[in-house]
Amino acid sequence: MAVTETVPRSEALPITIRRVTKTYGQVFALDHVDLDVKSGEFLTLLGPSGSGKTTLLMALAGFTRPDHGSVSFGDTEVVRMPPHKRDVGMVFQNYALFPHMTVAANVAFPLKLRKVAKAEARERAERALETVQLGGYGERQIDQLSGGQRQRVALARAIVFEPRILLMDEPLSALDKKLREHMQIELRHLHEQLGMTTVYVTHDQREALTMSDRIAVINHGRLMQLDEPRRLYDRPANRFVADFIGEGTFLPVELSNGSAAYAGTPLKLAEAVNETAAQELLLRPERLSVLAGAAEPEVNVFAGKVKELVFQGESFLMYAALADGAEVAVRGATNRDVMERIPAVGADVHLGLHRDDTVLVAAGED
Amino acid sequence: MAVADFAPGAVAEPQDEPHATGLRDDAFRERMAMLGLCSPALLLVLVVLVSPVAWLFWLSFLANDGSLSLEHYERMIASKSYARIFWTTFQVSTLTTMLCILIGYPLAYFLSQLPPRAAAICLITVLLPFWTSLLVRTYAWLVLLQRKGLLNNWAIELGLWDEPVKLVHNMTGTLIGMTHIMLPFLVLPVYGAMKSIDRDYLKAASNLGASPVSAFWQVFFPLSLPGLFAGALIVFVLCLGFFVTPVVLGGGKVIMVSMRITDNIELFFNWGAASALGVVLLALTMGTLYAASRLLRLDRILGEGNG
Ligand SMILES: Nc1ncnc2c1ncn2[C@@H]1O[C@H](COP(=O)(O)OP(=O)(O)OP(=O)(O)O)[C@@H](O)[C@H]1O
Ligand SMILES: [Mg+2]
Repeated sequence: MAVTETVPRSEALPITIRRVTKTYGQVFALDHVDLDVKSGEFLTLLGPSGSGKTTLLMALAGFTRPDHGSVSFGDTEVVRMPPHKRDVGMVFQNYALFPHMTVAANVAFPLKLRKVAKAEARERAERALETVQLGGYGERQIDQLSGGQRQRVALARAIVFEPRILLMDEPLSALDKKLREHMQIELRHLHEQLGMTTVYVTHDQREALTMSDRIAVINHGRLMQLDEPRRLYDRPANRFVADFIGEGTFLPVELSNGSAAYAGTPLKLAEAVNETAAQELLLRPERLSVLAGAAEPEVNVFAGKVKELVFQGESFLMYAALADGAEVAVRGATNRDVMERIPAVGADVHLGLHRDDTVLVAAGED
Repeated sequence: MAVADFAPGAVAEPQDEPHATGLRDDAFRERMAMLGLCSPALLLVLVVLVSPVAWLFWLSFLANDGSLSLEHYERMIASKSYARIFWTTFQVSTLTTMLCILIGYPLAYFLSQLPPRAAAICLITVLLPFWTSLLVRTYAWLVLLQRKGLLNNWAIELGLWDEPVKLVHNMTGTLIGMTHIMLPFLVLPVYGAMKSIDRDYLKAASNLGASPVSAFWQVFFPLSLPGLFAGALIVFVLCLGFFVTPVVLGGGKVIMVSMRITDNIELFFNWGAASALGVVLLALTMGTLYAASRLLRLDRILGEGNG
């Protein structure tokens, strides 16, 4: 983003969440959540609908009062602090821009409340609008803006008072795909530029992978895994995470003194086996390859028959049945080499999986 | 194939605009059918609304001997008593509207904050007066407010005041009765406007640093204003032509335009004078509505400016 004048970089604060619990009747919206957000990081809360993401974000903003637990911003305990004293910026899912105020008045609103002098407030609001590339839009009414512009105004309003923590609840979900992808990158840049600790909520795994420093996967109000995007994808902690992020087929494995075997064949594994829990083998479609000749020593081989082939433009999808009847999906790029190697439907096929991609996950965790 | 689509004998049409005439005919026929379906209602409005007003208008320009004249209007300008009546009418309407706002706005706010079921029950109690006769309600106030009425008795027993206070047959009684009757007309639109305010606006205000009080004044109140304007306007306009309550509770001391109209007809059989008053009242009401609509637009323009 070619922006000359920007909102100054604010000093970020870490967030510490300890044993935060919130129940609605019998339902645990949050179930003893422990989470540390590092100072200045972009952390995404990812989970299916109803998993408790909004509840957790609202607990940070002060709109949801937990049953118990502790939330600290830096050294300050805030769990009993009313929302208007918390000094965190927030972008609401529906933006919540005040319809009776102009764009400039909306953005200057938090400054006015902080008794910033009028001229300075006007200047800072304009600077915040420039930061989100809406310089000169100040006099517009909210209903004269497009969805993407509203999103930016909401963002400008959330950052204009230089909060040290920024919260966003699915801010892009109302935008169309193209604009959404554009805004993802832009938000990411903005975060790098402003450096405030950011907690972002989405149920879109690709969005989470694109934007985040770290991702916290939540299900049924519980933290399932907290990791960097790459690690989350490559080394999911359990079947729920593996299934929720990316695609995958799971195969049963037999564990015996430190090694695992599928259908009698020992597997070459990326990491040592954790024998305390039942494990399953995760097969990601794009990590499997169609083997032409003899496999390299570092590759696990699965033999099967091609059941179905689907051409999808930039990639193909093949369904193959393994010897024991399990059906696995294979995805590959549609370049000439690969396409020539693919057998016809009904033919035998050998699938290869590199040892680094051969990952076991704790079974049956939903 | 395209040629075979046309029915035999149909008007020849350009090849690139198939069915253009037919589709146009369909649209026309549909519009006519709509008009036909509406016509009974339109006729009814014409007969019961437009024609009486036109008749009224016509009567107001007839002198008592049946000739065309402006004498009724001239009398209204010349006579001080008419000016006083219009002034009283305006005064009563304004004060009633203000009282309704003072009582009704907090009431509507309270209702809007209740959980749905409690709000429904309370709303019914607000609307309950609607379902009893206006006359009954007005006389009920007479019973409550008169010299030896319930209110005076209680107040004296509680030691609030020693002598019975004159609460009725004057402006006070009129205002109490009219405010009570007009209140639902204000509460309903205000309540509706408040219910339609997205709670996220208040959350956003709070998140941006607004205390509950400033969130109310800077976000909630401005957003509820359209409902308040609408309610106040309804109350004001209804008050302008109100009759029963000022007659019963005003005790002849509060004379409004509507009462003079009745006098003109019942005592003096002067339809022309009554009609002229009616026309002026109608004009005043329309003037109020027009001014209010201008004011609202102005408000919007100002809102855009200052922000
Ligand atoms: N005010 C409430 N009253 C009762 N239950 C609630 C309330 N708010 C949330 N819940 C419940 O708490 C759980 C978590 O809700 P939450 O809104 O945090 O989910 P979410 O992860 O944000 O989902 P989504 O992706 O659909 O927005 C859900 O089961 C929901 O039904
Ligand atoms: Mg949510």
